[in-house]
Amino acid sequence: MSQHSITLTVNGTTERATVPSNMTLLTMLREVLVLTGTKNGCAAGECGACTVLLNGEPVNSCMVLAVEADGAEIVTVEGLAHSAPDKAGEAGRGHTSPVTTGETGRGHTSPVTTGEDRWGLDAIQQAFVDLTGVQCGFCTPGMLISARALLDRNPHPSEAEIKDALRGNLCRCTGYTRIVEAVKQAA
Amino acid sequence: MLPTPGLPSFDYIQPASPADVTKMLLKHDGDARLFMGGTDVFVRMRDGFITPKFLIDVKRLPGMTAIKFTKRAGLTIGAGASMNAIARHPAVVEHYPILAQAIDSVASYQLRTRATMGGNLCNASPAADTAPAAIVLGANLVLYGRRGERVVPAEKFFLAPGKTALKPGEFLLRIEISPLPKGAVGKYMKLGRNAHGDLAIVGVAVLGYPDKRAKSGYAFRIALASVAPTPIRSPQAESVLMSSPITPEVIARAATAAMETAQPISDVRSSAEYRRAMVKTLTRRALEAVVDLMHGT
Repeated sequence: MSQHSITLTVNGTTERATVPSNMTLLTMLREVLVLTGTKNGCAAGECGACTVLLNGEPVNSCMVLAVEADGAEIVTVEGLAHSAPDKAGEAGRGHTSPVTTGETGRGHTSPVTTGEDRWGLDAIQQAFVDLTGVQCGFCTPGMLISARALLDRNPHPSEAEIKDALRGNLCRCTGYTRIVEAVKQAA
Repeated sequence: MLPTPGLPSFDYIQPASPADVTKMLLKHDGDARLFMGGTDVFVRMRDGFITPKFLIDVKRLPGMTAIKFTKRAGLTIGAGASMNAIARHPAVVEHYPILAQAIDSVASYQLRTRATMGGNLCNASPAADTAPAAIVLGANLVLYGRRGERVVPAEKFFLAPGKTALKPGEFLLRIEISPLPKGAVGKYMKLGRNAHGDLAIVGVAVLGYPDKRAKSGYAFRIALASVAPTPIRSPQAESVLMSSPITPEVIARAATAAMETAQPISDVRSSAEYRRAMVKTLTRRALEAVVDLMHGT
């Protein structure tokens, strides 16, 4: 089987890897780059646990070959927090970053830190924390990425649009109500 | 057993030209497969149904993901254009909304980032959502093979489940959709086991437009998914609607005629009886929606 040398950007860092043809982006993220926030659920493009952003658009990383991601920009759940500093001043994107936390008016306080938000959570992450949009947590990375992608393309989605955008992300704890509420808060 | 994210061994190939693709397909008969988004091929490989030695990434060929529109020529969709790119294209939203409706009914947003209309058509699933839309839109499929390009209408493309008019060495380059007749409006309606992107139990596409030659003043095209070995058109239902003024009673007769065109099977998603009944219901609803749109209500 042939090997391919690829270069891609993952959460803002340039990564080089040599990958076999049959390695999926999911496997590369989890086992080569050890970014295990992205989950392997169904390996069939059904459950959405492996959702990442590829050039800004959400994809099931179990359905993308690593070699196809050559030259691409990937954002995983690990890249949501602290992804904002360079965009801190950008209006409308809604990130809660270390720089903007005090200015969003929402008064978020991270559960771990006091006084300032050292974690620099994205607004969507903070909303999941605030509204308990997490139960077992397995679907959460995919939910966050799908929700972030929705808010990037549609900053003020209706409830129906939120549900439609998240229909490829299954939560087996069935905690959908709070997840939808969290997306509304982050919008 | 837990699902494995791994795929069986194969060589990933990026072809340089359409001729390359044809050469590879002919040389490695049966061992080489094309893929676009991989959303069908990868699943079937993981499940062990297919074990290609070569996967050819045709969407990387020049122009394969392009979507173009001009008022004179209509819409051209590269076979490798993603479903999301098609459904969000301003020309599709404005001139061919039925195509966006069919695409938005497929699976999930993140799957449609990868899935392509070209792949959906070439897999030739009887349940393919974009197929009935392609048929009522009068889409032409431009194929490339040993003798260069040839054109096959979408209506004649599907031969059996998983079987198309593609000959050995041939593959789909692009989908061409002419400008629609003036005043044309369409509607795609789909029933799945849930409202969230399941495969179709029944899919119904209806296109209607003013036509002076028709006694009713309107012509219709009706195509059905998931109720026959291939996506099919229902000429019987169409002729009911051509021959008398459009009334609720005529719409009901056309819906019954569409139901009689269907030759469904019973499977894990539905019984044949339920499919037949739902062809009638969905056809009626789609026709009512199209008639309302044509009357501007």
